[in-house]
Parts: sequence; C-alpha cells; structure tokens
Amino acid sequence: MSRTSPDRVARATPGPVARRLTGLSDRAIAWIFVAPTIFLLLAINIFPLIWTLRLSFTNMRVNRPNEPVEWVGLRNYQRILNDSGIWETMQATAHFLFWTLALQILIGFTLAWLINRKFRGNDLWTTIIVLPMMLSPAVVGNFWTFLYQPQIGLFNYVVGFLSGADPSSFSMIADVRLAPWAIIIVDTWMWTPFVMLICLAGLRSIPESIYEAAECDRASKWRQFWTITVPMVLPFLMLAVLFRGIENFKMFDLVVQLTGGGPGNTTEVTSINLKREAFEKWRTGYSSAYAIILFVTVFGLASIYVKALNKVKSR
Amino acid sequence: MSSYSITEPSKPQKWIAGSLVIAYALITLMPLLWIIATGFKSPADSIAYPPKVFFTPTLEGYVNLFTTRTRQTAEFLAANPPQTWYAEIVAKYDMVIAGPSRFGERFLNSVIIGFGSTFLSIFLGTLAAYAFSRFKVPLKDDLLFFILSTRMMPPIAVAIPIFLMFRQLGLSDTHLGMILLYTAVNLSLSVWLLKGFIDEIPQEYEEAALIDGYTRFQAFYKVVLPQAATGIASTAIFCLIFAWNEYAFAVLLTSGNAQTAPPFIPTIIGTAGQDWPAVAAGATLFLMPVMVFTILLRKHLLRGITFGAVRK
Amino acid sequence: MKNRLKYSVAAAALSFGAAGAAQADDLTLCWAAWDPANALIELSRDFEAQSGHKMSFEFVPWPNFADRMLNELNSGGKLCDLMIGDSQWIGGAAENGQYLKLNDFFAAEGISMDDFIPATVAGYSEWPKGTPNYWALPAFGDVVGWTYRKDWFARPELQAEFKEKYGRDLAPPASLDELKQIAEFFQGRDIDGKTVYGAAIYTERGSEGITMGVTNILYNYGFEYQNPEKPYDLAGFVNSAQAAEGLEFYKSLYDCCVPPGSSDWYMSENIDAYKSGQVAMQMNFAFIWPGVNADANVGGDRSGYFVNPPGPGGHFAQLGGQGISVVSNTDSPDAALAYIKWFAQEDVQKKWWSLGGYSALKSVVEDPGFATSQPYAQTFLDSMAIVKDFWADPSYASLLLSMQQRVHNYVIAGNGTAQEALDGLVEDWTEVFEDEGKL
Repeated sequence: MSRTSPDRVARATPGPVARRLTGLSDRAIAWIFVAPTIFLLLAINIFPLIWTLRLSFTNMRVNRPNEPVEWVGLRNYQRILNDSGIWETMQATAHFLFWTLALQILIGFTLAWLINRKFRGNDLWTTIIVLPMMLSPAVVGNFWTFLYQPQIGLFNYVVGFLSGADPSSFSMIADVRLAPWAIIIVDTWMWTPFVMLICLAGLRSIPESIYEAAECDRASKWRQFWTITVPMVLPFLMLAVLFRGIENFKMFDLVVQLTGGGPGNTTEVTSINLKREAFEKWRTGYSSAYAIILFVTVFGLASIYVKALNKVKSR
Repeated sequence: MSSYSITEPSKPQKWIAGSLVIAYALITLMPLLWIIATGFKSPADSIAYPPKVFFTPTLEGYVNLFTTRTRQTAEFLAANPPQTWYAEIVAKYDMVIAGPSRFGERFLNSVIIGFGSTFLSIFLGTLAAYAFSRFKVPLKDDLLFFILSTRMMPPIAVAIPIFLMFRQLGLSDTHLGMILLYTAVNLSLSVWLLKGFIDEIPQEYEEAALIDGYTRFQAFYKVVLPQAATGIASTAIFCLIFAWNEYAFAVLLTSGNAQTAPPFIPTIIGTAGQDWPAVAAGATLFLMPVMVFTILLRKHLLRGITFGAVRK
Repeated sequence: MKNRLKYSVAAAALSFGAAGAAQADDLTLCWAAWDPANALIELSRDFEAQSGHKMSFEFVPWPNFADRMLNELNSGGKLCDLMIGDSQWIGGAAENGQYLKLNDFFAAEGISMDDFIPATVAGYSEWPKGTPNYWALPAFGDVVGWTYRKDWFARPELQAEFKEKYGRDLAPPASLDELKQIAEFFQGRDIDGKTVYGAAIYTERGSEGITMGVTNILYNYGFEYQNPEKPYDLAGFVNSAQAAEGLEFYKSLYDCCVPPGSSDWYMSENIDAYKSGQVAMQMNFAFIWPGVNADANVGGDRSGYFVNPPGPGGHFAQLGGQGISVVSNTDSPDAALAYIKWFAQEDVQKKWWSLGGYSALKSVVEDPGFATSQPYAQTFLDSMAIVKDFWADPSYASLLLSMQQRVHNYVIAGNGTAQEALDGLVEDWTEVFEDEGKL
C-alpha cells in the first residue's frame, strides 16, 4: 500500500493558495473521483447481495408472477442443510478443489524452480506455458470434450499411444471414476502457469546473498532448499492457493462445458447445482438461500486463510 | 578455478531444466495447436481414427462458421452452379449458402461489450485509483478492501437479483447492461492495479505542476496520465481479456441480441452433430487476439493476474 | 410523383407505429436449431411475400433450447414474437401468461383443432390437459422412433448367422427383447473393415436427453406417470416393479450395445454416429428421417425405419414436437397471429410436409398418397398413434431435472439399483408437487 500521501503537497502549498489553484478542494475531487466507482459497485454487487439475502427468506419463483410471495423464515436454509444431494455437490467441489490445488502447486512450483535455473530462452517458453491461462474456459473447455472422445480424440490417442491401452477402451467423460479427472486435468492445464508465475516471483525475490552465506556455512543444496527456498516462497505459494481456491470454488464454465455435472451427479459442483436450482427450476427463494450459504462459506474460508497467510508472512 | 557465481546453476543443470520445461511447454501447446489445425480440416478428417496429423487443409470450417446452409436437390444444384469459391465448397455436400451465420454478430458483440466495459472500467478506475493514491479518503483501507472483496463473489450468487434488476430496467440482453455489469466486475481489478501504478509515479512531478499554476485536474490530466500510460494500457488489456472470456453472466443474461461469443461458440452445430472444424475455426479466431496480447503483455502478466499483489 | 407517394405512405406507417394493423412488422420466430427450422425459413418466404411482414429467426441448439428460451420468457424479453416452444412448456407458459390464448382467434378465423391429429392437439396446444383451452397451434409433429441400416440387415452372411443364432430372420424387431438381441448381434462386429456397434440411444444429462430415451422403454414395461384414477398419486405407478424392470432393460442396453463413450448423447450425436456408419440402429426423433433419407452415405435404400417396439407392458412411443405460440410480450400480436393463420392453411401445410416438416394437419397426413410419399411416412403415422408425453405441468423443469439426474445416475454412472432410482424419483416428484400445493 502507498506510503506516499497528499499531505506533502498540502504542506508544500499553503491552504488557501492550494484551493485557489485547484478550483475544487482536494477533498471534493477525491469524492468526485471515487464516488462513481463506489456507486457502481454498490449497485451491481452489494445491492444484489442484500436482495439475495432478502429473497432467501421467501418462497419466490421468478417464473410465477401470478403467485403470491410469502415469507418462509429459515425454511429454505433448513431444507438446503438437510438435503443430502447438496452435501454430495459440496463433496464433488471439495474433491475438485483439493486435487487441482495439489497438482497445480506441485507442477507449478517445479516448473518455476526449473525456469529459475535461467537456461537460455526461458522467457519464451514461460510465455508459451502461460497461454492456456489467458483463454476463455468455455471455448477451450468445449473443445476439450472433442479431445476426450474415445477413438477420435487426441487425448485418448496420446494416452493410448503412451500406455499401450486401446484408445477406445476408456472414456474420460463417460466413466464415473474418470470424469472428475477429466475436469481436474483441464483445470490443471489451464491454471498451473498461474501458480508457476507466482512461485517464480517468489523465487526471484530471494536475495542471492542468503544462498552465498549458506554456501559458506557448507549447507548442502538439499538443506538450502528446505531451509531457504521453501520458507521464502511459502507466502507467495499461499497467495496462489488463495486465488486459485476462490476461483475454483466458483468454477462453472469449464464443468458446464466438459461434463455438465455428469455422469449421474459425479461432477455436479456447487455452482452448477445452484444454476440449475435458480435458472432451470426457477426456485428463486430457495436458490437465494443456497447462494448465501455458498457466499458465507467462501468468505469464511477465505478470511481464515488470509489470517493464516498473514501469520506466515510476518514470521 | 574459473569465475562463476556459486549460486549460478551449472551447465548440465541448465540443460536438464531447459529440456524439462520445454517438454512441458510443448505438451501444453498441443491442445491449442490441435484447435488451430482442426479449423483447417474437413469434417471427415476432423473425426478420423486414428487422429490425423497430416491432412489436406481446407477452409470448410471457416465457410461453415460464417454461413448457414440448406440442403438442395441435385437438379437445383445443377441449375444453379456455384459462383464463388465458398459456394463451391458447400456445393460438394449438396448444399447452398442460405445466408450469413450469427458468428459475425456474436463476435461483434464481444468486441462492443469488451471494449465498452474496458473503457468504462479504466475511466472510472483511473479516477478512483488516483484519489486513493493521492488524497486522504476517509475509510480508505476499508473501501479498498471492499472493492477487492467484490471480486470474490460467485457470479451465480448475485445473478438472481441482477437478473430481476435487468428485467425491471429493460437491461436484459442489451449491450449496455452487459457493459455495466462487466465494468462493475472489472473495477476491482482496475482500481487495485492502477493504484499500484500511480503510487509509483513520484509526487514531485505534480507538486511542480501545481506550483507552476496547474489546477489539480490539469496536473492529473497532463502530468499523471501520461506517466501512467503503460500501466493503464496493460490494465486495459487485462480488463478486456476478462470481459472477452466471461461466460456465466453471458449465458444467463444474454440471448438473441447481446450474446457474446463464449456462449455461442460451443453451440455451433452443423446439420448433424457438432461441426468440429467450424467450432475450431471460431475458437481460433476468438482465442487468437488473446494469445497475441498475452505475448505482448508478458512483462506485466503477473501484476495483472494477481491484482498487483505480486509485482515482479 | 409515384415515389413520393410511396415515401409518404411509408412515413405515415412509421409515424403511426403500432396503430396501423396493415403495416409491415418485423417478426422474430424462436425455435430449436435443427433441420426442420431451416425448412421453415424456406416455407416462410411465401408468408413474407404475401403479407409484407419480415421474418427473422432465432434458433438455439437443442441442448440449450429450453434453458435459453425459458430464460427469455421468464426475463420478459422481447426477442421472440412467435415461439415454437417444446410441448412440456405449455403449462407454465399458460399459467404465467407468457403465451396468448388462441381460442378466440381460432374461432374468429375458422381454425378448428378437430382438423389436427388428436395427439398433437393434446400434446402441444391444451392446458389444462383435456380441456379445450388452446395456447398453440400444432406446428411440428414428432415422436421417437428407430432408424436402422437396411443394407447391413440385408447382407446374406449376416442373415444366415443371425438365423442360426436366434432362429428368426434379421429384420426390424417386433419387441424390445428382439431389439436388444439385434443390438448385441451387431455390437463389436467388423463391417467393411470398421468396428460397428449395436445402437445409439439417448444418454444426455444436461437437458432432457436420457429422459426422452428411457421413457420409450419405461412406458412399454408399464410405467405410469400417476394413478390414472387419482392425479399426482405416484407411488406404485412411477416406481412399480415393472417400471424398474424397464429401467434395468435400458441400462442393460447401455451396458451391452452402444458405442463406447456415448454417455452424453442426444439427437445430434446419435445422427453423427449413424451417418458415419458406427451403429446399426439409432433411437431418434422422427425429424431426422428426411435428412437420413437424403444422406449421401446412408440415405435411400440403405436405411429403414421402425416404430418403437412393444414391451411386456404395452406399446407406446415418446412424443416430441411442438406447437407454435404467440408470446404475450410481443409488440406485433396482429402480425404474429397472421403468421399462424397463414401457417394453418392446408396448402402451406402440404408444402411444409414436402420440405421435411411433419405437418400435424389431418387432411395432409390422411391423404391417400401420404403413407407412400416418403419411405418413413407410414412409420411416422404409426408412431404418432401411440404417443405419450412427459409432464407438461408448470413445474415440468423441476420434474425433468430430477428424472435426468436419477436415471443418469443409475443407467450411466451405475449407482444403486433401478428400484432405488425410481423410488428416489417418486420422492423428488412428491416434493415438487407438495411445493406446488398439489399434494
């Protein structure tokens, strides 16, 4: 955050002069500059959130304009928390979150560590690795369903070629055991570069002198790695996990395109489930309660995590 | 002993690291190359088994992407021989071109909504960022955190009231509605990033300008903005990429009029089943600008995608 | 001088806006993106020429059709003036005032619902069902049936092998069990150097696919949506032992006889598999038949068509198809109604059939020449005679989503038993009807 402040300007020019020069007081300008942003965010983020909260206590259905809207108290919340189907979607989400984070940290960190060996051309290859992350998940995800097709899909063919299995003997999207991995693989492909970039920034922030000192103390490379590299990169890594965690909790487009929640309910993550309740079944009140529960969950988890992150940072 | 830094990796180390990274990069690139290649395949080649790496390129996918076609009888085709190269391509399948497809419109919508929301979020974001950077704003830290936190909300969680609001205000399926919505989502990014950039511009420049008789507005306009130009440009590209790629709101709130390309491309179908070459052609055209921007932007990448939290 | 007159008339028409009934309107018709829709564009050129109105079309692919169009209706959008909406939407659209009621219009224009195939009137136009309240004009008759490779069936070596194995000729099946035998017979077989599979069936999860497939089997095993004596009484009808057996049959068909990876297939994937020579048979709506018949690889004599075969509990087929409705939100109700009036004419309906649109007008389909006019015409007629449809209640989307999920979970994902799946369905549906205040 900024350490510089306008105070110096104010001190440099006597008050009345400043006011005459600017025409408007700094305070007024500040408000004029900030107000539109705050207004827009209130209108399109906060107001809807409060509205969602209000709707969550009703039985409203958007597609039934002729039916009276009634207050139902906490009934929507009760139903959601007692619904085993929703716990299943939470589990699917947790499974997805855990494995994508684990894989992306592992691969991302390794890549960053390798790139930090500063071989020739590392800049170019880093940029290439980053490409998938910048692309539209819906468009790319849709194309992955083509790559995953048994027989004609490139993915099955390559896996078949490498493992000797028949490319038509397995289907990433159709098989209950493989479907979650179909999504995890694409998400890992897209987002490992993100973790990699942040780790790289972390690695580059470590001053060389620390390693030189360790070298003088005859610490082994292995020891250096665990006592210097890892602790110094950890805050960066945790930041990456925070960003990815929040994003993947919201995961929608990729899953819609790849499996649509199937087979059965195997990959029905929460945001897809919520979309079905809200915009296919049109249970507006019920799904508002659902949305609030999800929002509180993300916000709660993120806050706890940020506390932990700050602890690590201040160490 | 030759002169080498003790922390500098050795030659073989570099060599091994380099080959591993390059191997990963090539694997990562494969699906993207496959998209581009599929765009130039014929429908039959695109679903060949085993997958075809070498094939005779054709523009069928692109023709199918931009046109709608209807099947015609052999007599009709004989009586109306194709006049253009693209009519010739579809004539092979006993079809004639009935008109343009919706792809052009959807792409244009993406451009309008993308640039419109980017312009607005940069405009508002620069003002707010300047104020946060230079002035004493009451509750500054709280406001900044509030701006950041709006990004955490799952789109679906606020989609219901936004849907109702848009319906009430007649903003459903309009360009204006989507521009406002994407602007709101992007503001958090643009304020945070731009504040970082403006913080880095020394105050002395403005002070000098103020003493020279500039007003605050003039100082902002003539001194700060030019200094922040690079930062503004890279922030703009990040906003643009977000709006360009957004899917959840687009699929819920747009339909025939303001629909953007991401919800449209997966629904491109031929007369039978998904027309993969056409889908790939659409995807190629749609992804290409972002790939180019990414390569241009590689120096600013990290700062952009982490809200300025990581600056190197 | 003449030109000036024209301009001033145009200007007057513009300035009076909606007041003038005779002015040219822009009408947008919304439907699914499929072959019949392209035929409708062709057909509508006559309407444009005659009326001076301009037609635009918004076609959405099937997997997104219901989602997008119901969103459009519920968001009060003005995109569509005319909607060829799916049969199951009628309850919701009628009760929520999203479609105009057409009774007065029909009476005024002399359009009689008696002139249309009864099943289509009941399926596409009526709400509440069984009452003469009409919200749509039957536009496109459709029903699930089967397509098969006549050329493969006719091969002497296959004929001989089949006869030896099953003791009867390799011919279109007369029962569901025979259907499965044929599918098993072809599964994994090598035909002209390519591995082929038994049948392509509906398995799609996201919209309505697997439901539209499995119901064909369930009906014929004795599944009922409710107690015929007591509406919304589900237990014992939805989850009867026979119904569970039917569901088991569908799973066994999926497990033994479909192309690998066909876990999320609906109309277009099935067409793909069939046209590319992967399967001997495909389940699909009748709308595909004109396209199959005209196809370069599998068209003409190479393909045949048969009615969904009977099972131990009856003989039915899943109804598809749609009626055309006027969206109440339209700015041009008169022009929209004029389109329906034009569309209902016998000549137009005849042309509609010739372009590949399944007319629901009796005088078209009962014409002596109809049954032989196309190789699939008789199968279409026979199928339309035995149709049954899914719920058309206002809560149909909730009912459908539950069924999609329960059935997919059992048939494709292999979780639980058929009985458990249907018991779960009764639970879900009961909850929906309780919420509706119907139970």
